[in-house]
Amino acid sequence: MAHQSTYQPKPGLDKWLDDRLPVMRMAHDTMLDFPTPRNLNYFWTFGGILTFCLMVQIITGIVLAMHYTPHVDMAFASVERIMRDVNWGWLLRYTHAVGASMFFVAVYIHMFRGMYYGSYKAPREVLWFLGVIILLLMMATAFMGYVLVWGQMSFWAATVITNLFSAVPFVGEPIVTWLWGGFAVDNPTLNRFFALHYLLPFALLGVVGLHIWALHVPGNNNPIGVDVKSKKDTLPFHPYYTLKDGFAIAVFALLFAMLVFYAPNYLNHADNYIEANPLQTPPHIVPEWYFLPFYAILRAVPDKFLGVVAMFGSILILFLLPWFDTSRVKSGTYRPLFKWFFVIFVFVCLGLGYLGAKPAEGGYLTMGRIFTTYYFLHFLVILPIIGLIETPKKLPNSISEAVLDDPPDSGGAQPSGAAASPEKRL
Amino acid sequence: MATETDDSTRRDFLMIAAGSFAAVGAAAGLWPLIDQMNPDASTLSLGTTEVDLSPIEEGQAITVVWRGKPVFIRHRTAEEIEAAKAVEMDQLPDPLARNANVSTDALATDVNRTQTGQEKWLVLIGICTHLGCIPKGQRIGDSKGEFDGWFCPCHGSHYDTAGRIRKGPAPRNLDVPTFSFVSDDVLRIG
Repeated sequence: MAHQSTYQPKPGLDKWLDDRLPVMRMAHDTMLDFPTPRNLNYFWTFGGILTFCLMVQIITGIVLAMHYTPHVDMAFASVERIMRDVNWGWLLRYTHAVGASMFFVAVYIHMFRGMYYGSYKAPREVLWFLGVIILLLMMATAFMGYVLVWGQMSFWAATVITNLFSAVPFVGEPIVTWLWGGFAVDNPTLNRFFALHYLLPFALLGVVGLHIWALHVPGNNNPIGVDVKSKKDTLPFHPYYTLKDGFAIAVFALLFAMLVFYAPNYLNHADNYIEANPLQTPPHIVPEWYFLPFYAILRAVPDKFLGVVAMFGSILILFLLPWFDTSRVKSGTYRPLFKWFFVIFVFVCLGLGYLGAKPAEGGYLTMGRIFTTYYFLHFLVILPIIGLIETPKKLPNSISEAVLDDPPDSGGAQPSGAAASPEKRL
Repeated sequence: MATETDDSTRRDFLMIAAGSFAAVGAAAGLWPLIDQMNPDASTLSLGTTEVDLSPIEEGQAITVVWRGKPVFIRHRTAEEIEAAKAVEMDQLPDPLARNANVSTDALATDVNRTQTGQEKWLVLIGICTHLGCIPKGQRIGDSKGEFDGWFCPCHGSHYDTAGRIRKGPAPRNLDVPTFSFVSDDVLRIG
């Protein structure tokens, strides 16, 4: 529902610019007057929160790059120099490091929101695709950023993750050598990771632009999953959602600040404060928390190649989600059966995260295998079947009917008492 | 005068020819951008390392660096060699020698994992074939695993006294790099 522009340029400079490059019109139509469903809950604020995260990462990252040296002999020391000598360096680095974790917290909530409310369904499949691409870019960027520190965990994460590609049949070894630029993770690897870690966030920014564009064509989904039908169903983005998003960002920033100031290393590993040593592997290597579910899937499969396939498959399968889900009802609120399977799915994802941090043996390995199987069954079997057998609850006719006491086009069908409480419309 | 059909065929041909020409040019231009990421000349030139073996006592092991990778050199005891020779081929998850000095289809017998006449020296690339960790077993006091060779702590792979995988997720035996003896006491790797 691309809406008609309501921008009225002021005579003079505004009008002059609008006739040549309607950039103010675009900003007005997308950020101020964009018609937004009036019933969005706080789960819809994570788009704004994620934009905030990306900006924080880019700004702190550019500043950190001014003090960092991408060379194996100097990288670790330059990071310590940032922590000890550079003015406010400790704050900038902790914000950047904690910021990566906060970014993933927000993106996972954003994705689960999309899954529960069916935001990936027609006509928003391309919007969802772009989101999965953003996730992949985020993962690549976060991984390479972690390597730059050049601590023991950095080095061995780089070794293990790049070695995943050695599982590719026939061309695996040449690919790994090509990624490394040598015969082991070494200076060329660090140098290119730095270049790519600087580049990818801007690629990410570009895809975010497309993501927002793809959002503004059909407009927002909403908690009842019924499309906007009239102007009565919407509110202008500003001030209603600028303020709601702003409040959510403030609360999010509060949690962010608590981690930065009181527990900056809570999500880090002590081993990463030991400089990288190519001749010694730390006794217990685990990835950063946001990769743990995928690591658990990797280790659940006894075969090296199939383990790698399962791990990448667990992300790539998200691209096909719009077609695995056969139900035409979007919102989980109106899907009594799906709702429970969604809860189980979230539990399985969190469970995989827990298992990824545990040694791959005994009961942990068995559970990892069960959870991995369930993860794939959810997409391949459960979603297609429940869409076919479930009887959804009756959907409201419109957003305004669902959320307003005095729906505009109810045709007098409402009980007369309802109109007597106009204060509820506040 | 050419008919309309002739004309469009001609145009199609020109379009395809021009497009193909541009595609080949773009691919040729892309290759340097891809290949620059491969190991450079200075990395490749570090291809050989010579090691003095005389200070290594029987039962000891040292780790040297070759092409940025750790290479394990173990001076094996007579018992270790016997133990490695006693293993039947059907007990090995990976039956191939993985030795750069013998043919690629050679079996992983102890003879094929070492050099004839120098069986006491076992030379291995010290990188677990699973996901690239460094197995333990080089230093005195290290866990050597259930087969008295090496043990990888990352995901629990056990290697025997000929560096062959016996238990755990690693798919292959530890690789034996290209090496030769310059003299009885000097080993050249690469």
